[in-house]
Amino acid sequence: KSHQTNQCVCKVLTVDTMNSCVKKVEYAVRGPIVLRAVQIEKELKEGVQKPFSEVIKANIGDAHAMGQQPITFFRQVLAMCSYPELLDDDRFPEDAKGRARRILQGCGGQSIGAYSASQGIECVRQDVARYVERRDGGVPSDPDNIYLTTGASDGIVTMLKLLVAGEGRSRTGVMISIPQYPLYSAALAELGAVQVNYFLNEERCWSLDVSELRRALADARRHCNPRALCIINPGNPTGQVQSRQCIEDVIRFAAKERLFLMADEVYQDNVYAEGCEFHSFKKVLFEMGPEFSSTVELASFHSTSKCYMGECGFRGGYMEVVNMDPEVKAQLTKLVSVRLCPPVPGQALMDLVVNPPQPGEPSYSTFIRERKATLSSLAERARLTEQILNTVPGIACNPVQGAMYSFPRVTLPARAIREAEERGQAPDMFYCMKLLEETGICLVPGSGFGQRDGTFHFRMTILPPTDKLKILLSKVKDFHQRFIQQYS
Amino acid sequence: MKNENNRRIKNKMSVLRAISPDLSRIRLVDQDCLSKRAAQIREALLQGLERPFKHLIDISLGDAHRGGLQPITFVRQVISACLYPSLLDSGRLPTDVKSRARNLLKQCEGESVGSYTATCGLPKIQHSLSEFISRRDRGVPSSPENIFITSGSQQLVLRLFVHGKGSLQTGIMTPVPSSPLFNMALSSLGGAVVPYHLCEEEGWTLRLDEMRRALATARRHCNPMGLYVINPGNPVGQVQSQKSIEDVIRFAAEEKLFLLADEVYQDSVHDPTAEFVSYKRVLHEMGPPYSNTVELASFNSASKGFMGECGLRGGYVEFVNLDSAVMGHIYTLFSTEACTAVMGQIALDIMANPPRSGDASYTAFFENRRNTLNNNAKRVQETLNSLDGMSCQPIRGGIYAFPQLHLPARAVAKAEEAGVAPDLLYCMLLLEEMGLCVGPGSEHLQRKDTHHLRYITHLPDEPIVQPRANSY
Repeated sequence: KSHQTNQCVCKVLTVDTMNSCVKKVEYAVRGPIVLRAVQIEKELKEGVQKPFSEVIKANIGDAHAMGQQPITFFRQVLAMCSYPELLDDDRFPEDAKGRARRILQGCGGQSIGAYSASQGIECVRQDVARYVERRDGGVPSDPDNIYLTTGASDGIVTMLKLLVAGEGRSRTGVMISIPQYPLYSAALAELGAVQVNYFLNEERCWSLDVSELRRALADARRHCNPRALCIINPGNPTGQVQSRQCIEDVIRFAAKERLFLMADEVYQDNVYAEGCEFHSFKKVLFEMGPEFSSTVELASFHSTSKCYMGECGFRGGYMEVVNMDPEVKAQLTKLVSVRLCPPVPGQALMDLVVNPPQPGEPSYSTFIRERKATLSSLAERARLTEQILNTVPGIACNPVQGAMYSFPRVTLPARAIREAEERGQAPDMFYCMKLLEETGICLVPGSGFGQRDGTFHFRMTILPPTDKLKILLSKVKDFHQRFIQQYS
Repeated sequence: MKNENNRRIKNKMSVLRAISPDLSRIRLVDQDCLSKRAAQIREALLQGLERPFKHLIDISLGDAHRGGLQPITFVRQVISACLYPSLLDSGRLPTDVKSRARNLLKQCEGESVGSYTATCGLPKIQHSLSEFISRRDRGVPSSPENIFITSGSQQLVLRLFVHGKGSLQTGIMTPVPSSPLFNMALSSLGGAVVPYHLCEEEGWTLRLDEMRRALATARRHCNPMGLYVINPGNPVGQVQSQKSIEDVIRFAAEEKLFLLADEVYQDSVHDPTAEFVSYKRVLHEMGPPYSNTVELASFNSASKGFMGECGLRGGYVEFVNLDSAVMGHIYTLFSTEACTAVMGQIALDIMANPPRSGDASYTAFFENRRNTLNNNAKRVQETLNSLDGMSCQPIRGGIYAFPQLHLPARAVAKAEEAGVAPDLLYCMLLLEEMGLCVGPGSEHLQRKDTHHLRYITHLPDEPIVQPRANSY
């Protein structure tokens, strides 16, 4: 039959016939350098000789991977939720059992194996609302405005889907900080939205200047329809913690320019620097009075992956929507139902995060001790990282005020830049690849996050345990000095 | 000041109102109003309100645990030990549970299930799945690199295809009746649903003439690129014969369609004369040119079958014959979602690699499994067929019964007056009067002027349900 000759040649799904937007998607955090790191790990296992004995993955914000211990209480409750026979085991404290029973009550058939409602288990959403109220000094939170999500990423992408519309000059533009966490650029690329970059100020500790927001917006309005402003606070990869004044300014700007605010607050407990404090966008919004609090549209995102929990593998998260048009909210509810529901263990974990042991409860003192130890250890490593990196000529590291990363600037010799360009590689990718091959340390080049033209950075997590971190930092220092010498 | 306020309100409406038309097109599932009402009634019963029934039975959703099915002990023991490794030192857990948990924890970074895994899943589990698939398919090779562990895999795969507007809009052929979620996902991405009717009179078979008709019609207004099949069927419960699968593969090859095979109910085959055969195995057995050219994505999950762990969201897709450049893009796309929840991955590992004969948990595991899959399908079908006004095709597989309702004209008219699908009205009345929650056929799409019900069949309290349905 003639069709036989045709079909041998042509596939249905090729790079030409596939969704072209998907081709534009990049995600540096798990991108080419990580693939190479995994390959090197395989080679090491196979006995290949290298100048190092292990690959250190300082590319991804995964605390447990670096040895951070989970919170005992959380794991106890989750174990009982998974295998309720453990509820009569004496090793578990009563408060943990109480939480487990309550969560199971909220599950279909009292099993975490049942689908939940798409918006999330009701009692968990109620607990989230109460947490938000407590955190924000009493600002009311309606459980109906809380959506449980599969990590914060799910909520962020869902909101972007909702926002992106229009064609040509009226195509939706979304403002995002440079540097940014590349989930945003990936989602915007896939949705075919216009990414509107606003630069954070490296000279001033990665602060956000409203004048820069104005510039970016004015530029963008010439070729698209900017409708949303995304802000990550505490920042990723930059680690800055925005001041309250800054948050007010951003809210005022969003109000004036009719922009939907997306506040990515997954690192809200990761605040280390003296004088810095986390201010939730919602709280500040409401404290600014009804002129703003009844009009500015906001979505805030949180997750179980960061802070002191570090439970990335659970894919737990939530978002809270504020002042959302009821018709749009109906669409949002419809949209989330298409993906069924977030993993139930993640929902259960989120319940515990927002409803941890209270003073007087049996698990309280252990919980507080564990949380404090984790957060202060992170603070110490943040300080150490900044300090050591700043002793390296050619590396300049802003204070790591919060989150889990350092994002130092590296000055690269012109010869290195040229060689990189000849290879068709971004210069900081070239630098990081060499670092990987020579030391086994996996970082993510700044080009994966965005940076001002002509500047180069890398993102390194502060997560390895202190001893290892010191070794890592000294290896980076040595490598950098060799690199500079080699390419002078 | 007032004008300012009015303008502000008007402006507020306009910021978000102009959302993508694709989203507006998603049809909300009727299930929601039934579920809400069922929840209300359940609450009322708890508070002691008088009703002609004591308990509400909800058999509408494909969610076995919600319906009362017990989880498999081994699965939950392993998961709890992974969550709280101190349990490994206790005498509480059988040895095979402990060794499985230890093994899994070793695979996790930092030996914690709280770490991210590789994008496509823990390599050991990808490997278990590839061996499971190969065993299932009588030795057809399966490569771990082609297996992506991901929940919501169908939507991810659709995102690869769907683009274009007008006559270039991507179309995917989908069966009628079908899973409403797939159609919703497709619509929300801006794709065109190209429906092809299954033949009810023949037991819900796939007919090539119907598929050709559907395709020819669709080509006038969109660009059909894919063919979605569900085997065993959801909700209709047909199990495709090998010949039927071959025909479909040949059709896909001739018409240059990418095959999307939803095989999540592969464990649930009730008819002893029927057998689940995977699309991949049939494709392989057909030999070249089909076996090395037809592009296929097969989907499976720990949500269905004997584990029923819907809430853990563990699933995977296996790709066959995909272009390698495309595979690179698939990987990048999947990587933006980090990884699948680790609990779900663990459930898949156990599904792929259950306890072996001689292991401490073997007997209990397979007894659990037998009880779960033990199905009342035949009895349900016979009972339904004995009722006036109902008829039901043989339920060969899957987890639902999908009987046809032959409603009196008056009932249909009444429903139309109320602006409600007739089978939905029937479901609502059944819920109010009998405390039995089943799903309407309308949300699956069905031939015009036919009406159906959908409910799950493999629950222990089936004997209670049937009399209620009968008397109604």
